[in-house]
Amino acid sequence: MDRDKTAERVLHAQVRKRVAASDFVLDVDFHAAPGFTIVFGASGAGKTTLLDCVAGLIQPDSGRIAIGGQALFDAAEHLHLTVEKRNIGYVFQDLALFPHLTVEENVEYGLSHLPRAERNQRTATILAAFRVPHLARSRPGSISGGERQRVALARALVTDPVVLLLDEPLTALDAATKARIIDDLRAWNEAHRIPILYVTHSREEVFALGESVLVLDGGRILAHGTPHEVLSAPRQESVAHLAGFENVLDATVESLHADRGTMTCLLYQNESGAQAQPVPLETPLVRAGVGSTLRVGIRAGDILLAIAPPVGLSARNVIPGCLLSLDRRDVIISARVNCGVELEVHLTLAAREALQLEPGKDVWLVIKTHSCHLMQK
Amino acid sequence: MSIDWQAFWLTLRLALIVSALLFVIGLPIAYWIAFSRWRWKFLIEAIVALPIVLPPTVLGFYLLVVLGPHSPLGRWWISLTGHTLAFTFSGLVIGSILYSLPFAVQPFSASFSSVDRRLISASATLGVSPLKTFFRVTVPLSKPGLITGAALTFAHTMGEFGVVLMVGGNIPGITRTVSIEIFDQVQASNYATANATALLLLVICFAMLAIVYGLNRKAWLIAPIHGQR
Repeated sequence: MDRDKTAERVLHAQVRKRVAASDFVLDVDFHAAPGFTIVFGASGAGKTTLLDCVAGLIQPDSGRIAIGGQALFDAAEHLHLTVEKRNIGYVFQDLALFPHLTVEENVEYGLSHLPRAERNQRTATILAAFRVPHLARSRPGSISGGERQRVALARALVTDPVVLLLDEPLTALDAATKARIIDDLRAWNEAHRIPILYVTHSREEVFALGESVLVLDGGRILAHGTPHEVLSAPRQESVAHLAGFENVLDATVESLHADRGTMTCLLYQNESGAQAQPVPLETPLVRAGVGSTLRVGIRAGDILLAIAPPVGLSARNVIPGCLLSLDRRDVIISARVNCGVELEVHLTLAAREALQLEPGKDVWLVIKTHSCHLMQK
Repeated sequence: MSIDWQAFWLTLRLALIVSALLFVIGLPIAYWIAFSRWRWKFLIEAIVALPIVLPPTVLGFYLLVVLGPHSPLGRWWISLTGHTLAFTFSGLVIGSILYSLPFAVQPFSASFSSVDRRLISASATLGVSPLKTFFRVTVPLSKPGLITGAALTFAHTMGEFGVVLMVGGNIPGITRTVSIEIFDQVQASNYATANATALLLLVICFAMLAIVYGLNRKAWLIAPIHGQR
């Protein structure tokens, strides 16, 4: 019974749309079950075009869009339900709250066909669910960004839509505000269970929300699965790509931390072989198995150097080592550090003076997880 | 020196009727111009703007032809009412509507175009029909443009001369407006009367526009269109 109900609510979109102005073609075919489906991709990948097709704001050239068995668009049958008949919630990137209406009037806007009492009751319930009942009489222009997001979500959900589309609605918010809003949205969806297409270009959001991820690139679906399954297979190493990295090291995957979106690799120096102790390094998670070999590229300018063991850092990698040499190149100092593997670090002249760096000095290197770029060997 | 109050009331009545009718006629035309994607739309825009550049005598002349007893429209009107449209108050209203059309339609459509399309899309996703969206989102957010359009129509009709002279002639109580009265007084060398009438018209038009621009400023403060970014 429950399974039947879920099947009734699955969004199926098979869409082809050529955008006339550019030469862009969106060509996708996917199912989205109730819950979050992250639509991930760079800008220009076709994410908003896809949402606009589902909402009915854009008419695809061909294909079919349906929820359960109910078609919203079917090119073969010349069916194109107008936007207002689709009952799809859509929160735009700029939210599009009505500036001339109060928060309460904004939320009530889509309920005008209901009797007054029910309208009030539903509005009050959803404002409470998104923790903004105290703003009912404010105007969108006078409340904070996070509050506006909450109002926009409440307005889109109060009509009980069959699908919710979110176009990067939280990008402008700080992480804490974002996390609280996501929690409230999750809580709402526990009770209602509808497919939510959540568009983002942020890797962090993919891991934070990820039940299912759809990777879009150039209008096509590159991959569809859990965040770990689909996210960023290591890049093909090429001369051009290597050119920017002063440090390119061999590494073996030691362990995966899918929940944190990271993994631990062991570094070996490529020339000197494996006689030295391997250095553990936390890197972004890519599609790779434990024991597989990769290359890690780290820019010399992305590494911080400290003369005492640093504490309280957000960076995941603090590696002790010994300063081998300092070379002045124009206005930067290129330092070579042996920390089991040899790494090049770029410093300013002022940093060398302030830290009184000399060869032989003990130093600590600080490397952020996302400064480690993984490439295929 | 005696101001022709009859001419004043006639002009005021004409301006009010024309403003009201143009508000109703102008809204759908402006809406179509703002939102249509028809490729030949620019032709319609050009036709609507024509009265701005056309000499009023040209417009008046064609109106006389179209409203006169030799055109189908004129004959239809005669069969309906027993007299021609030319040299009547109704004829004056029709002429003024055409003459002031761009002064209503252009501010209307400019303000419709400036309403964020995403707001209109948002309204649609909330299940609201395009017509209701027009009255609940587009019109309230276009208030400054609508007020400006109505005010310009009113002021423009108050001051028109050429079309009135061509279509209405100079019949006291029926088609003699203030501007024609001033012309008559100057022709008769009654400069004092002409001066008083002209000054009164100037003051009325200024007061009218000042009130409108004052209201508009307030409208912006109450509902800033782009205030939420």
